[in-house]
Amino acid sequence: MSNSQALLEVKNCSLRFGGIAALTDVSIKIEAGELLGLIGPNGAGKTSLFNIITGVYRPTEGEILFEGGLIAGLPSHAINTLGMARTFQNIRLFGSLDVGMNVRTSFIARLRNGLINTVCRGRSFRSEEEEVQEEGRRLLAYFGLEHAALHPSRSLPYGDQRRLEIVRALATKPRLLLLDEPAAGMNPTEKEELKQLIARVRDEFGTAVMLVEHDMKVVMGICERLYVLDQGKVLASGTPAEIRANPKVITAYLGESRGEEVA
Amino acid sequence: MFRSYHARIKNPRVALAAGLAIALLLQLGSGWIDPYTTQVILFAAINVILAVSLNLVMGETGQFSLCHAAFMAVGAYASALLTGKALPSLFPHLAWTGTSWASQLTFLPVLMIAGLIAAFAGLIVGGPSLRLRGDYLAMVTLGFGEIIRVLLQNTNAVGGARGMEGILPATNLFWAIGFAAVTLYTMIALVRSTYGRGFQAVRDDEIAAEAMGINTTRFKVTAFVIGAFFAGVAGALYAHAVEFISPEGFNFLRSFEIIVMVILGGLGRPVGVAVAAILITLLNEWLRDLSQYRMVVYALIIILFMIFRPAESLRPFIGRLIPERFVRFKKSKAA
Repeated sequence: MSNSQALLEVKNCSLRFGGIAALTDVSIKIEAGELLGLIGPNGAGKTSLFNIITGVYRPTEGEILFEGGLIAGLPSHAINTLGMARTFQNIRLFGSLDVGMNVRTSFIARLRNGLINTVCRGRSFRSEEEEVQEEGRRLLAYFGLEHAALHPSRSLPYGDQRRLEIVRALATKPRLLLLDEPAAGMNPTEKEELKQLIARVRDEFGTAVMLVEHDMKVVMGICERLYVLDQGKVLASGTPAEIRANPKVITAYLGESRGEEVA
Repeated sequence: MFRSYHARIKNPRVALAAGLAIALLLQLGSGWIDPYTTQVILFAAINVILAVSLNLVMGETGQFSLCHAAFMAVGAYASALLTGKALPSLFPHLAWTGTSWASQLTFLPVLMIAGLIAAFAGLIVGGPSLRLRGDYLAMVTLGFGEIIRVLLQNTNAVGGARGMEGILPATNLFWAIGFAAVTLYTMIALVRSTYGRGFQAVRDDEIAAEAMGINTTRFKVTAFVIGAFFAGVAGALYAHAVEFISPEGFNFLRSFEIIVMVILGGLGRPVGVAVAAILITLLNEWLRDLSQYRMVVYALIIILFMIFRPAESLRPFIGRLIPERFVRFKKSKAA
């Protein structure tokens, strides 16, 4: 971690849709194994930033470096194979597949057997299929979802669906995991579990995590560093304590009046 | 155990072997089957190939394609040219009659080449157009289907609008049923694997699939090309069964008929789709006597089929016909 190269570096990126600027000259950095938070009012450009990082959109200007290589303009699946995975603000599980299959889809990009071997079902196919089943089962068990492996993913309780999305993303073996509002719609118990889960992902898998979240308890509780986005620009960055004390941030969230706190 | 649950074939290879054995047995006993029944069975098998292969594109991958009959046309014309022109001039001593041993042996490569040419056509259409979604893809495939039909209509070398006649009758029960079994096996084996779930992931959520490292364009093109390959084989079988092909036989309505089979059978259920293909073939035959009222009754029955879904409700009964150790029964869940 001590070397100069960051895991991900967004350099002066802008994203415009016609006359509307979603992001203007945004620069952020994340180190390997870091737990980074990204906050800001609604419409600040947090999800847009995720979308240019993961290749859903191509930035209008600027460049994005992942482990030193340029990734802006690559398709999403290529960026994922480089070592970056994400979850979505509105849950996007594969509805017709069961929980186990949802996780196993993440192995598809790394399968050794292609089309022909799959249809012929030879020994190499069968042994790989067993490996994949086992790896999927292990991941599910690790996150306490193995009991639901054969259930349709839609039938899971809301909190478990969010958790499954994280497990599915982790199954692609990312070095950077981007979570888009994972606590949205969760009750306090689920939020507490989520915080532990994120900490575990970072500590035990060594994955850097970048988190977009509105719930300040979650963000302030686990993130080591924060970026604040407002109207498509980086407003501030620093440790949770610094951000909490930053008057610009308080203004962005609560307007001009004084003496109020970010709850 | 009450066996009215959804049957799932445990080992698709056993099912393939069984299908091929049935094909061979029926062929050996073909002397006892009257020509009309034989013809109906051939049509049913060809429709199974068409419907099950379109199911990979529409049912599993979720891409709306309106040109399956065009791929069938490509296969039909390619094979007719091969057996009618290319083979006799390249190997004159072969005396390609369709039914002789030598022609039966060369029929397999003919079918494969016809399939590959159709697959190539699938690659040419699918490559650029599968970046489009939904309605736009439907339009492009509809356009492609019409282009193929008009091209064939205006090419004198293949008979133009009059079509090609005198194609030799090489298709028999073995080839038709055998290839229906191979198609069904390929689709089931393909989809029931980690790799194959990629098709369904693309159907369920393209953006999420991309984000999980799945090259969605490649999966869509693959589905399209495999679908086109089997449609081409079906076309070749059809040409050598009816001995006469014309561009009108592969128009939009033919594509639509295949789509109806796929939807009736339940999108994404290969066995159900195969059953629906057989039912619709039989329906077409039963309605022959009604002459001008045929399409009215056909439409009514299709509407009733859509409401009551007989192909889907027949699944448990079909399951009952298969010995228990070959099938795994899954409790059907209310979706």
